[in-house]
Amino acid sequence: MVRAEGLTFYYERLDEEGNVESKKRAVDHVDLHIRPGKFIAILGHNGSGKSTLAKHINAILTPAEGTLWVDGMDTKEEEKLWDIRQDAGMVFQNPDNQIIGTVVEEDVGFGPENLGVPTDEIWKRVEESLDAVGMLKYRHHSPNKLSGGQKQRVAIAGVMAMHPRCIVLDEPTAMLDPNGRKSVIQTAQRLNREEGITIILITHYMEEVVEADHVFVMDEGRVVMEGSPRQVFSQVEELKKLRLDVPQATLLAFELQKRGVRLPDGILRNEELVDELCRLKSKM
Amino acid sequence: MIRDITLGQYYPAKSVIHRLDPRVKLVTTMIFIVSLFVAKGIMGYLVATLFLGAVIRMSKVPFGYMTKGLRAIVMLLMITVIFNLFLIDGDFVLWRFGFLRITDKGLKTAVFMAVRLIYLILGSSVMTLTTTPNDLTDGLEKLLGPLKRLHVPVHEIAMMMSIALRFIPILLEETDKIMKAQIARGADFETGNLIQKAKAMVPLLVPLFISAFRRANDLAMAMEARCYHGGNGRTKMKPLHYQRRDRAAYAVVWGYFVLMIAVKWSTSYYAVMWL
Amino acid sequence: MSIKVKNVNYTYAEGTAYEIHALKDINLEIPDGQFIGLIGHTGSGKSTLVQHLNGLVKATSGRIYFNERDIYGENFSMKELRSKVGLVFQYPEHQLFEVDVLSDVCFGPRNLGCSQAEAEKKAREALHMVGLGAEYEKRSPFELSGGQKRRVAIAGVLAMEPQVLILDEPTAGLDPKGRDEILDQIESLQKERGITVVLVSHSMEDVARYVDRIIVMDHGEVRFDGTPKEVFRHYKELEKMGLAAPQMTYLMQGLREKGADVDADATTIEEAADAVEHWLKSK
Repeated sequence: MVRAEGLTFYYERLDEEGNVESKKRAVDHVDLHIRPGKFIAILGHNGSGKSTLAKHINAILTPAEGTLWVDGMDTKEEEKLWDIRQDAGMVFQNPDNQIIGTVVEEDVGFGPENLGVPTDEIWKRVEESLDAVGMLKYRHHSPNKLSGGQKQRVAIAGVMAMHPRCIVLDEPTAMLDPNGRKSVIQTAQRLNREEGITIILITHYMEEVVEADHVFVMDEGRVVMEGSPRQVFSQVEELKKLRLDVPQATLLAFELQKRGVRLPDGILRNEELVDELCRLKSKM
Repeated sequence: MIRDITLGQYYPAKSVIHRLDPRVKLVTTMIFIVSLFVAKGIMGYLVATLFLGAVIRMSKVPFGYMTKGLRAIVMLLMITVIFNLFLIDGDFVLWRFGFLRITDKGLKTAVFMAVRLIYLILGSSVMTLTTTPNDLTDGLEKLLGPLKRLHVPVHEIAMMMSIALRFIPILLEETDKIMKAQIARGADFETGNLIQKAKAMVPLLVPLFISAFRRANDLAMAMEARCYHGGNGRTKMKPLHYQRRDRAAYAVVWGYFVLMIAVKWSTSYYAVMWL
Repeated sequence: MSIKVKNVNYTYAEGTAYEIHALKDINLEIPDGQFIGLIGHTGSGKSTLVQHLNGLVKATSGRIYFNERDIYGENFSMKELRSKVGLVFQYPEHQLFEVDVLSDVCFGPRNLGCSQAEAEKKAREALHMVGLGAEYEKRSPFELSGGQKRRVAIAGVLAMEPQVLILDEPTAGLDPKGRDEILDQIESLQKERGITVVLVSHSMEDVARYVDRIIVMDHGEVRFDGTPKEVFRHYKELEKMGLAAPQMTYLMQGLREKGADVDADATTIEEAADAVEHWLKSK
């Protein structure tokens, strides 16, 4: 679905005459391969390059060095630009700054309108997409009256209406409260499970990563860790060094291990830890 | 107070006015505004009042909600009234205090000016309250369509307007928030002379501009991500087609306009003295 | 030094169809030096409440006393109140406007009538409190990273030397390390300088870890007011309000449901580890 080889990108700082003053490497020789239908999480602290990487998948940015393919299309080929953007939709962090329409359904129709989809088909897609994110009953509402979580679900519907195969969510929950966060993540998980859409979730909330199929951890523009959530979260100390965290259950298990309690590595959920502890106790 | 500006805010309701084609509403608003300047004498304003009243009634937008937009122009209104009241010379002096005086003509002009301004705002509010900004810009785009041949970027202008309308409430809220945050840091936006007040605005305006630019940048990116590439090859979710009710509305509106002109002629013909 | 809130009500747009009763008969006392967590879902009235505490919003009815003085009284200076009760809004970096960090932090003290030299002294101290050294003073606030910007903005309020510091979600959008750094600094301000801190937060884990007392708001009312242990015992009621308890509370409840005789009051990792260890060692 998405494949990167040696992907490198610089942010350039220009002086007043427009000459390049300094160059900062934001993404540094990243290789990755994301298979269709997977739920992928990209973790990293602020400034680790994860958002810059995400913007490459949608061809908002193109690599300075290396290549990125979306569904076999090289993002540097300009004639493929709109196909790539239709294929890999993107949801951004700030819910207010990505809604164009003043009525929910009109906003969802914006993408298909741009693609030149016939009117009847647009209406069908708008209804399906709003239904898929559970926002159909708000179709006539003004986005300004919705909660942050609802706005993000409208944004997801706006992408869904373009019939993408992949959705990149760039810190979609950073500005939301816990309930909004939950609803957005559950929506993404459902689209992945039921519609088979590849999800690439960029976040620094650990709880959102637990259910992912595969996790990439970024630091200073590089992928420094990857694997299943269990593999990644068993490296508590390393993650802390990367300004990150682990789920609470993992943290408690780690603390108990330090105190000599013999628990296995990579516990992610409360229930697992409860079961492990009960097993330990029964053996005593 | 700034939250009270209703211009550009859609009020959802199911009414005939809401259902009308936006082009009809745009043209009607134009005609209504022109008619206000054509209007002469009490008869003219009476007809305009009846027309506006009927439209507001049919729109099902609560009257109180509509007049919220007026609060924003109270200052402008006062200035207009005061200038007209004191500066226009007339035949009879109704009241005098030192060099200040009010004449019959001044009073009449002041009242009519005030009414004209209020109707202007109310008239445009009816349009923006009953038409979603998207419809509005669609209507404008289609009305101005012929200008495309003269290389006027009609679609781009319409899109810009639509975005501006969507972000007005967001920026107002933001202004309110930044203002509060600076007041919490001891800023004073109320006292002082004009220069001090203008200086006090810097801590409000700088963050507001920065935020507006950030939002513009984000929005541009979000639009591109959703394959926006100008008006070429774009289809419409809600294409505009005139219905029977739109044609009927046009007939009514033009009828109103003809009536206003007739009233103007007849009043100037009879030259009713004080009207 | 204390804040007393007596029978405060606040209604938006009173007398119109849009009337919202945002605060309903609030009674609270905030004594000196406490670290208080204020929680409630979006729209529960917590932001409105904190804006009352420094006089940005005036109560529709009721009284607020700061150091026993009625803040709505005739001779009370709101400006003084705002310097004593510092309020840091959500995303405070959005209010930065000056050309360099030091000038921005000076804005508050200057407004309070300090001389330039005095203001700079207070600003330096405030920057130091949030962990930003002299090398940041002349930099443009807009060139800094998100976490640094936020610290400059917090310093902007600290430079007014408030006795009470209210922070509305100071960690929103920061990464885990950035979050811990800010909260640790706030905690040390409270411990070392005796500043009263009111932390508005959505994160139950953060609240459990740092505060002495939790106030829970729901539909404009104070629903719970007590220590974290006391409040989180009501986790089922909290869930009904759209809130939750810290993960550790759920974990301990999970253990108890399996018949384990653990102390279910643990809300932080350390407490939970202690409780589990104790239970494992017990017979």
